[in-house]
Order: sequence, then structure tokens, then C-alpha cells
Amino acid sequence: MIASKSSPLLQVRNLKVAYGGIQALKGIDIDVAPGELVALIGSNGAGKTTTLKALAGLLPSTGKIHYCGKSLQHYAAHQLIQEGLVLVPEGRGVFARLTVKENLLMGAYCRHDKSSIAQDMQHIYQLFPRLAERQMQLAGTLSGGEQQMMALGRALMSRPKLLMLDEPSMGLAPMMVVKIFETIRNICAQGVSILLVEQNAKLALEVAHRGYVLENGLITLSDSAASLLGSAVVRRAYLGS
Amino acid sequence: MDTLLQQIVNGFVQGSVYAMVALGYTMVYGILGLINFAHGEVVMVGAMVAMSVIHLLIGSGLPPLLVLLISLIISMVVCMALGYGIERIAYRPLRNAPRLAPLITAIGVSMVLQNLAMMFWGREYHAFPSLLPNNSHRLSGAIITEVQILIVLIALGMMGGLLLLMHRTRLGRAMRAVAENPSAAVLMGVNINGVIAITFMLGSALAAVAGIMISANYGIVHYYMGSILGLKAFTAAVLGGIGNMRGAMVGGLLLGLIESLGAGYIGDLSGGFFGSHYQDVFAFFVLISVLIFRPSGLLGERVAERA
Ligand SMILES: Nc1ncnc2c1ncn2[C@@H]1O[C@H](COP(=O)(O)OP(=O)(O)OP(=O)(O)O)[C@@H](O)[C@H]1O
Ligand SMILES: [Mg+2]
Repeated sequence: MIASKSSPLLQVRNLKVAYGGIQALKGIDIDVAPGELVALIGSNGAGKTTTLKALAGLLPSTGKIHYCGKSLQHYAAHQLIQEGLVLVPEGRGVFARLTVKENLLMGAYCRHDKSSIAQDMQHIYQLFPRLAERQMQLAGTLSGGEQQMMALGRALMSRPKLLMLDEPSMGLAPMMVVKIFETIRNICAQGVSILLVEQNAKLALEVAHRGYVLENGLITLSDSAASLLGSAVVRRAYLGS
Repeated sequence: MDTLLQQIVNGFVQGSVYAMVALGYTMVYGILGLINFAHGEVVMVGAMVAMSVIHLLIGSGLPPLLVLLISLIISMVVCMALGYGIERIAYRPLRNAPRLAPLITAIGVSMVLQNLAMMFWGREYHAFPSLLPNNSHRLSGAIITEVQILIVLIALGMMGGLLLLMHRTRLGRAMRAVAENPSAAVLMGVNINGVIAITFMLGSALAAVAGIMISANYGIVHYYMGSILGLKAFTAAVLGGIGNMRGAMVGGLLLGLIESLGAGYIGDLSGGFFGSHYQDVFAFFVLISVLIFRPSGLLGERVAERA
């Protein structure tokens, strides 16, 4: 894709993460250009979640992470959302005992422009009318799909530049998965770059511009999403055909 | 004299104080999963500091109410700094240590504070200067002093304010978010250490006020007063459901009532064998019963969900 040639929004070089003695990431390179939707696929335990957590500052790592032309080395994890770098974690990370509305407001925790927060909230409610109906309900009582919508909506409330999604399809019924992926594509079309981690490789590659294949802590393939979808290796290993 | 009504009044006053202290335990537990056993000592320091400030100002000609207010504010500020310091020194370095470690430092901090207080204020009982007129009112048979009325009103006001803070403000939302899911809260941009520090300071401010209340009610302060009070407030927090703020309030009031009614009738019930000085027994009876029969407390829905 042409997008990958323009100056990247996110540039990761030789990223390594170890848990105790176990090397989970052995030095990976990833680029995300502005407006791009990049998929990171791989089987269980490949290191996908580890990658996103390291980028979000939740895990100590070595290597280079450049975002918006700056090194993220000196940022604390809680400062990244203000830079527009936002992770929707595996399992969604909802605050079950806060209401839906309060969860959305947590997404806007670092913003202080009250009126535009309220506007964005209305926008989220238009995007997900089910959330609007359940504003005052405790988030823990939402269905899995509704929680995923809320987690997406909450992330959008921060006005992200780069949204990292860890398995947004996990545990959802097929209809809901379609709806979530449609939303992800729309979010990207509105100019938000996305780094999408998925086990459901087919779905991910269908919406993405480019993709990386991660195996045992190493990137083994990287190409346009279309070529990956067509590649025999990927088809055999991840698409079940 | 109507004993029943009188014991209810006394229990309500004492319970308000327990509730204020119990909140400190429960807020810290809610956010860190840790029992801050030094919290009772913060109450004691609050009372001691207030006493000293009052002694300093009492001859200055300032109106008594102003003296009380100044001592209250200074005592709150000192306790907030103390609470912050305790978290910084004794707990934060052990944030990821096994659970037993911060428990041990908590006991250590508690002993250090007691001994420092003993060195500074001496080991004798001090009279807590009474600044308010000692008027009392009859309440169909029971007697309630103005100090007691003030205690209940301030306690209710502060607890109401705290609930508003937790449920109506950005800070309160962040505190609840951190208590529930710290790593998700970080992703929302919440500075966890900041929120934890604020939690300790809020709890300590309540403790300072509680210390002054109880001293004003009984007219006595002592370097050792924090330990038994702390243990009872902890009992109240467990009774209500530790980690649950409304639970701490309910548990505190209830424990005050149980204790007071128990003390009022234990003599009759035991045929004069036990006197009302056995009232402390009730708190521990409650603690043990709750731990056996309903460890999650009255309003608590979870026990040790975070391993
Ligand atoms: N906290 C941890 N401590 C030790 N090892 C860990 C920890 N978290 C992950 N690992 C290991 O690191 C490797 C990568 O895990 P990671 O969670 O990144 O995989 P993943 O690609 O997200 O898998 P999945 O698709 O199952 O979510 C795995 O071998 C895992 O066992
Ligand atoms: Mg994962």
C-alpha cells in the first residue's frame, strides 16, 4: 500500500520483551502509517498481546518505539492516551461497577472540554444506540457484545490517533463480530489509524490494509492484507484451508 | 431514665466516629487490597495534634469556635501528610510484594507512631480541652449533649460529601475505576499513584476529624487510644463489607449501637456478673461472627477477588 511509504505514525524497531527468563518478543519491527489499518495475526501465545501491552507502556521493553516522531521511552503508561495512543485491552477492561455513561466518561478522563465531550458522547450513542438505552446500567450487566461496543466507544471518547485493539471479536456471536468489524472499518475511514490484533485472521485481513504474521515472538511475514489473504502459507496456518 | 433510648443515642454518636474511621480502612482496602493497620494511629495523632493546637491557642483570646476550627484544619493537614507518608514509605515500595509484607510494615508503622506519640506527648492521659459549652438536651428521656449533636451532624455531613465525591466527580470516578481495574484505569490516563495517594489522604483527613470527635466526646486523649479504636473501626468495616463505602458507614453505626446496647444490658443479662466495662467484648464478638458466618459483610459482594 502507498500509505506505508509515507512517514509512519508508529515505528517499532527491534522490540523485545521478556517475562522473567522467557523471551516473549524477540525483536520485532512494525510500522503504522497515518490512516492505516494494520492487522497483527498469529496463533495463541505468539506474542500479540505482549506487543500491544509493550506499546501501551504496560510492560518493560527494549528497542525503539517512535510515535508521532517522538520516542516513547520517557512516557509513563498513563500519559500515552493524551498523545492519542490508546489500547482496548484483551478482555475489554470494562469497569463493571461503573455505569455505561461513567465508563464512557473515563475514556474522556484526560480531556477537559466539557461541551465537546458531551458532543462526542452523543456521537457514540448514535453509533451504538444500545449503549444509549443502557447509559445508567452498570457495565458489568451488559452482554459481551455490548461491552465490546462500550470499550470501543470509551476508547473513541479519548479522540485517539492510533487505536490498538486486542481481539475485539473474542467471545462474540458472528452477527456481533460483523457489526464490530464494520465499526472498526468506519473508525479507520474517519482518519484514526488502527493496529488490530486478531486470532480471526480472515476477518482481520479482510478489513486491514496491511498485515503482519507473528510466530513465537518473531514477525515471519509482512505484506499487504490482500497478498497475505492469498498466500499459501497464511491460508494453511491461519485460515484453515 | 430511659436506658434503651439513652443507649441508642450513645451508640449512634460512637457509631458515627467508627464509621468515619472505618471509611479509611475500606477505601484503602478497596483500592489496594490491603489493610492499613496504621490507620488507628492516624486517628490518635489527629486527636493529639488538635489538643496541642488548642492548648497553644486557648489563651490567645480567639473565640473558642475559631480555635476549634483552626485545630481541626491543622490536625487534618498533619494527618493527610502522615497518611501520604505512610503510603509512600511503608506501602508503595511493597506494591508488588507478597501480601504479608505490607501487613508487617503496617504493624511496624503503627508501633513507630505509637512510640513517637508517647515520646512527644507522654504516656499519661490528657484532658481534651472542652471548647464548646457543655449544654445538653433531653430527648424524651435520653440526654444528648451539644457536642454529641455536632459529632453526628459533622459525621453525616462528611460521609454525605464523600459519597458525592465518589459518585459525582471525575476524581471519584477515577478512584472507583482504579479500585476495580487498575490496569484499565492506567489506559484511561489515570495516574494510579496519584489516586492512591489521594485515597490515603482522604481517609486520614476523616481519621483526624474522628479523633477530635471522640476526644471531645470523652474529654480524654492518650497515645494508645488509636489501637483499640482502630481495631473496632476495622471491625465495623468488615461488618459492612470491607471495600464497600456504604458498608463502612452502616457497619460503623451498627457497631456503635451493638456495643452501646450490649454494654447497657450486659449487667442485667448476666445477673450482674459482667459490668458495662465489658463493652469491648461485643466488637470482637461481632468481628468473629462476621468472619465465620458472613465474611463478605453486610453489603459486600466479593471477598478477595484480586489474588
Ligand atoms: N505475565 C506473563 N508471565 C509469563 N509469561 C507470559 C505472561 N504473559 C504472557 N506470557 C507468555 O508470553 C507469550 C506470549 O503471550 P501473549 O499473551 O502475548 O500471546 P498472544 O499472542 O496474545 O496469545 P492469545 O492469542 O492466546 O491471546 C506466551 O508464551 C505466554 O505464555
Ligand atoms: Mg492475546
